[in-house]
Amino acid sequence: MSEKRHVLSVLVENEPGVLSRVAGLFSGRGFNIESLNVGPTLDKGVSIMTITTVGDEQIIEQIVKQLRKLVMTIKVVDLTEHKAVEREMVLIKVNAEDSRRAEILRIVDIFRCKVVDVSPEELTIEATGDVGKIKAIFSMLQRFGIKEIARTGTVALKRSLQD
Amino acid sequence: MELTGAQILLECLKREGVDVIFGYPGGAVIDIYDELPRHPLKHILVRHEQGAIHAADGYARASGKTGCCLVTSGPGATNTVTGIATAYMDSIPVVIITGQVPTPLIGNDAFQEVDIVGITRPCTKHNYLVKDVASLALTIRRAFYLARSGRPGPVLVDLPKDVMQARTAFVWPDDEAIRMRSYNPSAKPNKRQLQKVAELIRAAKRPVFYVGGGVVSANASADLCWLARRLHIPVTATLMGLGGFPADDPLWLGMLGMHGTYAANRAIQDSDLIIAAGARFDDRVTGKIAEFAPKATLVHIDIDPTSIQKNVAVHVPMVADVGQALSDLRALVEQQDAGFDFVAAHEPWVKTTLEWELEHPIKYVPAKRGEAVKPQYVVEKIYELTKGEAIIATEVGQNQMWTAQFYGFQSPRTFLSSGGLGTMGYGFPAAIGAQMAFPDKLVIDIAGDGSIQMNIQELATAVCYDLPVKIVILNNGYLGMVRQWQELFYKKNYCATCMEAQPDFVKLAEAYGAAGFRVTRSRDVEKVLKEAFAVPKPVIVDVRVSPDENVYPMVPAGKSLGEMLLV
Ligand SMILES: Cc1ncc(C[n+]2csc(CCOP(=O)(O)OP(=O)(O)O)c2C)c(N)n1
Ligand SMILES: [Mg+2]
Repeated sequence: MSEKRHVLSVLVENEPGVLSRVAGLFSGRGFNIESLNVGPTLDKGVSIMTITTVGDEQIIEQIVKQLRKLVMTIKVVDLTEHKAVEREMVLIKVNAEDSRRAEILRIVDIFRCKVVDVSPEELTIEATGDVGKIKAIFSMLQRFGIKEIARTGTVALKRSLQD
Repeated sequence: MELTGAQILLECLKREGVDVIFGYPGGAVIDIYDELPRHPLKHILVRHEQGAIHAADGYARASGKTGCCLVTSGPGATNTVTGIATAYMDSIPVVIITGQVPTPLIGNDAFQEVDIVGITRPCTKHNYLVKDVASLALTIRRAFYLARSGRPGPVLVDLPKDVMQARTAFVWPDDEAIRMRSYNPSAKPNKRQLQKVAELIRAAKRPVFYVGGGVVSANASADLCWLARRLHIPVTATLMGLGGFPADDPLWLGMLGMHGTYAANRAIQDSDLIIAAGARFDDRVTGKIAEFAPKATLVHIDIDPTSIQKNVAVHVPMVADVGQALSDLRALVEQQDAGFDFVAAHEPWVKTTLEWELEHPIKYVPAKRGEAVKPQYVVEKIYELTKGEAIIATEVGQNQMWTAQFYGFQSPRTFLSSGGLGTMGYGFPAAIGAQMAFPDKLVIDIAGDGSIQMNIQELATAVCYDLPVKIVILNNGYLGMVRQWQELFYKKNYCATCMEAQPDFVKLAEAYGAAGFRVTRSRDVEKVLKEAFAVPKPVIVDVRVSPDENVYPMVPAGKSLGEMLLV
């Protein structure tokens, strides 16, 4: 069976320890986590976790079932089986001597990124997009020398119209 | 009326139907102990917290009720971890109450502080830290609800000392209040799937029931027996499933797996339809997974969705309470298959399995004159003397496997053994728990000389509370099961398995105020066992058995069930 990237949307009770239950489940059972994002929802008592993971069909089925089995889990959706929008935001600090600055700004423009911090030698760029776009931005900026990054991990929602 | 946390806790335990609690005090739980004498709850003071949790587990396995134990913070709590993991692996309902340092000190490395909720997260079904006395009653109720519902398991509740001292109005939460939107164990079998199973059974030529602990835990034994007999289908069970089907029934194949019978393993390998009920295709059962049951359509009934499609791909998955599923299947068969001749359909197959049983029964080479007692003989004698009606606990190792092979379990909840975790030191405290549940029954721990030393201190508990548990040590002077692996797979490199400097178990029993017997000759076995079982107090029978006896048949780890080593 082939391995595939899956984005799981997990609604959990907003209670102490719930993050460690989920994280512990992945480490204890040897499942991969590529990224994990937690945040509030409209319901104060509920948090949403977006987990990206990689595995073959059988592993993903186990992950979903194991997540559902946790007593604090309200709902698990494998967004890979649905139409979904997914986004990640990254901050990229990149080398930017005067001679190359214009070139970098052009890339920022093309990808509709933002410059959020400037210094004589560096630019910090804020980029948002799906996995493909983020990958592309990295590969374009690589040659200038990326000095530091911070990423939110993927967040995602099911599209309103599924058909 | 306002009550303290300690009072609320004990009131909740009473209302949950807890009549006995196994415990050990300490600073963090003194408030609870201070309150205890004013409550009807019977408290059993163990001699080590591991004894408390195993006893609560044994009580639960034998009685079908939820077991309960109470320990202090820090080391008291950590001492229960092995027992919690034991109960978790075997899906046993227990509630563990641990003391905790006062809430303002949590996180400060206070004296006897340990993050027991963090430690036990992966080996409990769920756990709680109660920070506010207002949520105490609800948490206790939920703990019991979680422990016994769905796939049962241990639930731990950590109670800080100040929460036990705080006061609040006591309100008993009703059934509505304990419901959780995040926890809805599904129990109802799918009708279409059930129909499919009924069709498969009619079409099958070589069907087998493969049952596990779920059949015992769901009290599904009666329906299983009815179905097996009506459908004329042979039955095999895992270690955890023993007692779920009577061993004297002609359809009984014996246990399957690593030390299973030739007939059971052969039946699995040749079967065209396996109905797995309340079992989880553990590696000790399946052997080499790729070669497990190559010809069979697999039906898998289990309450836990994660058990299904985990180790093997099954054709007909059914998430359901096994008790419910088997009784629905029974109703279906009664209603639509009244005219079907299952005996005719399956008799050739049943005959074949009987031939396998005759070809390679579970056996051993009896001791010749002057030779050491054979451990299997001792188990056989215990079976004969008790007519299969005693509650039998075991330790772990060869003693456990010989008990599984040579004691014919007749009814559920009469076999207490650590299956999933394989915890040495489990059997004796579990037997104490079972004896608490059934004061008038004969409760026997069939032990190894190694294992018994892991919780031997509980002899004091048994003596103190007049619990006449019988310990029969199959004393081979070795960590026998490990020695067997060294002999067979590690070129007889007997490193660290010879139990030198053994205590005198007879004197040890006497030192504790129990009775001690020693047997060294086969011809004395029956007589001494009889005498020992008649003693109205705890007893150790130290049987010196042959040191180099091995457990057979054996499927070496990683080999398929078709590759058994026979006697
Ligand atoms: C707590 C624990 N430690 C280690 C083991 C590994 N182990 C499995 S069987 C066994 C030997 C048990 O010896 P004994 O109780 O004398 O039983 P025998 O096999 O000789 O009947 C050991 C050490 C275990 N199962 N549990
Ligand atoms: Mg031994």
